[in-house]
Amino acid sequence: MTAQPMHFVAPEDFHQRARAALNDPKLRASFRGAMDFLQTKRSSQFPDALELEHLRDLGEAIRQHALANLPQLLVQLEDKLTAAGVHVHWAETGDEANEIILRIAQQRGARTVIKGKSMASEEIELNHYLGERGIECIESDMGEYIVQMAGEKPSHIVMPAIHKTREEIGVLFEQHIPGTAYSDDVDTLIQTGRRALRTAFAEADIGLSGVNFAAADTGTLWLVENEGNGRLSTTVPDVHIAIMGMEKVVAKLEHIVPLASLLTRSATGQPITTYFNLISSPRRAGELDGPREVHLVLLDNGRTQAYADEQLRATLQCIRCGACMNHCPVYGRIGGHAYGTTYPGPIGKIISPHLLGLEATADLATASSLCGACGEVCPVRIPIPALLVRLRTEANRNPNEQVAHPLKGQGAKFSRGDKLVWRFWSGAFSHPSIYKMFRWAATRFRALTPSEQLGWTQHRTPLKPAPRSLADLMQDRNQPE
Amino acid sequence: MMNARERMLGRLRAAAPAPSPDSAVAALDLRIAAHYDGPRPGAAALVDELENALRASRADVWRATASEWPAQVAARLAQHGAKRLLLDPANKEGAALAGALPSEVEALPFNGPLETWKSELFGTVDAGFTVARSGIAATGTLILEPDAGTPRTVSLVPPLHIALVYADKLHATLHDAARGERWRDGMPANLVLVSGPSKTSDIQQTLAFGAHGPRWMWVVIVTGEQS
Repeated sequence: MTAQPMHFVAPEDFHQRARAALNDPKLRASFRGAMDFLQTKRSSQFPDALELEHLRDLGEAIRQHALANLPQLLVQLEDKLTAAGVHVHWAETGDEANEIILRIAQQRGARTVIKGKSMASEEIELNHYLGERGIECIESDMGEYIVQMAGEKPSHIVMPAIHKTREEIGVLFEQHIPGTAYSDDVDTLIQTGRRALRTAFAEADIGLSGVNFAAADTGTLWLVENEGNGRLSTTVPDVHIAIMGMEKVVAKLEHIVPLASLLTRSATGQPITTYFNLISSPRRAGELDGPREVHLVLLDNGRTQAYADEQLRATLQCIRCGACMNHCPVYGRIGGHAYGTTYPGPIGKIISPHLLGLEATADLATASSLCGACGEVCPVRIPIPALLVRLRTEANRNPNEQVAHPLKGQGAKFSRGDKLVWRFWSGAFSHPSIYKMFRWAATRFRALTPSEQLGWTQHRTPLKPAPRSLADLMQDRNQPE
Repeated sequence: MMNARERMLGRLRAAAPAPSPDSAVAALDLRIAAHYDGPRPGAAALVDELENALRASRADVWRATASEWPAQVAARLAQHGAKRLLLDPANKEGAALAGALPSEVEALPFNGPLETWKSELFGTVDAGFTVARSGIAATGTLILEPDAGTPRTVSLVPPLHIALVYADKLHATLHDAARGERWRDGMPANLVLVSGPSKTSDIQQTLAFGAHGPRWMWVVIVTGEQS
């Protein structure tokens, strides 16, 4: 496959891209259709509202228990896996994780890496990093394969190519897969992708995958998928490298059962996916296939910042189902690429500040009406709206203010002018005499209100105080004739 | 100098609450058990459920007795046009099937380590035969424990996967399977839960089969009495 060069975007340009997306009717239609489809699929999986609420309580409790014991569980997982012959690596940053993976590849003289779906590897931009060093990464999840071919990033964490129409994919395949005629028949396209990737599976030196859950008690990596590319990536090459956000471990294998059910039902509306692939060791003596070498890379990359704060820690409860984005009125209108972050939508808004800092991501938390849809569907009850408000507060906090757990980029949106206005506002509203004076002045000098009122007048008519205040009118009415 | 591991763990430990007492884990386990508590379907209902759920995932599923199924699978294979079938002649089901195959279908044992015949496996094998360790009725799932005779790729690389499951090995739910089989006591190198043929809806949410794994899946539920 020949792919377009990767096109990088920055979260800083969020507003510009969001406006462009809103004015793109094709993108709007494609996301509307996909969101309606996924919402319907999800709700069909939860016919019993009571069962759903119980299961969400359980999911929340399991994830909170895991987070409360995270350091011990990680050590236990490491011990178990190491005893089984799996190499465990710890990476503080994306760069460190990339270096670890590069070192393994170089030691093996590897030229190609076949990849199962992994958002953590997207987060650290592994493909780009290895590519620059002469090692080719081939995405094998159909959606990932398509976006890689287009030189794009996934626009959804579960359905990476959700923004692409089958006609667009037909053109891509015709251009990039030698000997392929144009077709917009989905079955034909999938079979073309299958054929093109077959040799890649058989010839790749290394298979790389993400991890959906890990169990500390048995030392098991639990991978969830429908296509079989995850199984092929973790079975056929001689080396398997798994990369996992450090928050994904739970205490017991049996704790994963309710989480897996919440994941597949919330994500794609399936009672279960085609494959649950449970990996607990490399190929054992006597076995004839499976990787001889298995590595697990535990990734921090800002997660410990979220962990340090008791409220923000809830961010790490996430099981990456994508239900929050599927139900978000903002995501549904602007799509995933507008965010410019690996994780788009509500979960992206609350996790990205820890990965990238508030300087780059402060605009994301404000792109929300706080309607609460994300919090209502979250299978592990992450209070996403409350966390959005909190991140807005942190972005507007004085950068010099000393707090117990400062966030990267604290005060990125801090402005003395804003602070002054708010101080006056709160003073006026808490002191009746000042408020009365303000009211008197505002109604008398209403003619002086400016017609340019910053962001407000971009899409709206200017605000102007009424000639008489409500309090004055009420006073008149209550006056005896 | 501290390494990444110590720094990451150090930051977590500085923020983590006191470790939960064992009683907290026990309470959580009880809540999970309570969630899945309830009447379990009888043996016949389990078979019905498994069959319906597998059918919903577009697996081709039927019931047969131990004496019936080898000839049935053999006939279907011939009709399907399969030429080479991977099976384990050392187990009794593999031997029974090998014995029933018509001459145009070759029974192929897993011939040595994968790397010695990878391209042959990818290029020439039409079907793979496995015997499931157990099944899960609620979701239509087969639990496979690959071993030396039937390695992981048998249920993965050939375009047709044929799986046998015994009706008396069915669990009602995944929770029951994990508990009942005591997964906590130790896991095999790889345990695979399969619920139908490989599929994807990555292109415009349109379902297509045979994405990377088997395009077709046949499941025989082996029942005790005449089917």
